Amino acid sequence: MADKPCCEPVAMNDCCNGATVLIYPCSGSSDVGEISDHAGRLLTKEGFGKMHCLAGIGGRVPGITLSAQAADKILAIDGCPQDCASKTLFVAGIDGFASVRVTDHGMPKGKTPVTDSNVRTIVQRGAEALRASELRASA
Amino acid sequence: MKKLQILGTGCPKCKKLTEATEQAARELGIEFEIEKVTDIDKILEFGVMMTPALAVDGVVKVVGKVPTPQEIKGLIQ
Ligand code: SF4
Repeated sequence: MADKPCCEPVAMNDCCNGATVLIYPCSGSSDVGEISDHAGRLLTKEGFGKMHCLAGIGGRVPGITLSAQAADKILAIDGCPQDCASKTLFVAGIDGFASVRVTDHGMPKGKTPVTDSNVRTIVQRGAEALRASELRASA
Repeated sequence: MKKLQILGTGCPKCKKLTEATEQAARELGIEFEIEKVTDIDKILEFGVMMTPALAVDGVVKVVGKVPTPQEIKGLIQ
């Protein structure tokens, strides 16, 4: 039987020839946390990368943590300046990632409706941050 | 009996990881069984997002690369 193409399609991108991009929204309980979650899912649907489970990083689930460590690019989406997604990644020893913070884009915490247009703004900022980011050294 | 699972859809790197893992286990002289997990949904159940990957007794040890047999020995002992 012929070899299958390398590494398709677990992580959206071909891990051998293309960049594997993982996306970690904080998915917090507030409005801005919810926007981060929707943005992560929409970025995935639109092919910018693959949303992955931040809770698994917090829990040091081996398959999840090792996948993050091996990713070519990572985007953290934080709802507010608590930066829970970024900090969760850092504490697990994962660095070299791009990040976007919802409250930095005119969306105050507790006062921002979860609308398509607000989610779209974060999708655009996330896509830009990913484009501007370098491939991770540890990948 | 160590359960060594190779997670991957059957690409050349998965085959290399299988060979390296078999070599490592043989050199250690342990009892082992190798299972190839090729179903994407089963691979995702491990939380693994890129292949190849190696799980030892159900715990993922390597993701997205092929370590040397020497390195694998340290992971499966
Ligand atoms: S970053 Fe802010 S919104 Fe997100 S989980 Fe933390 S406190 Fe909640």
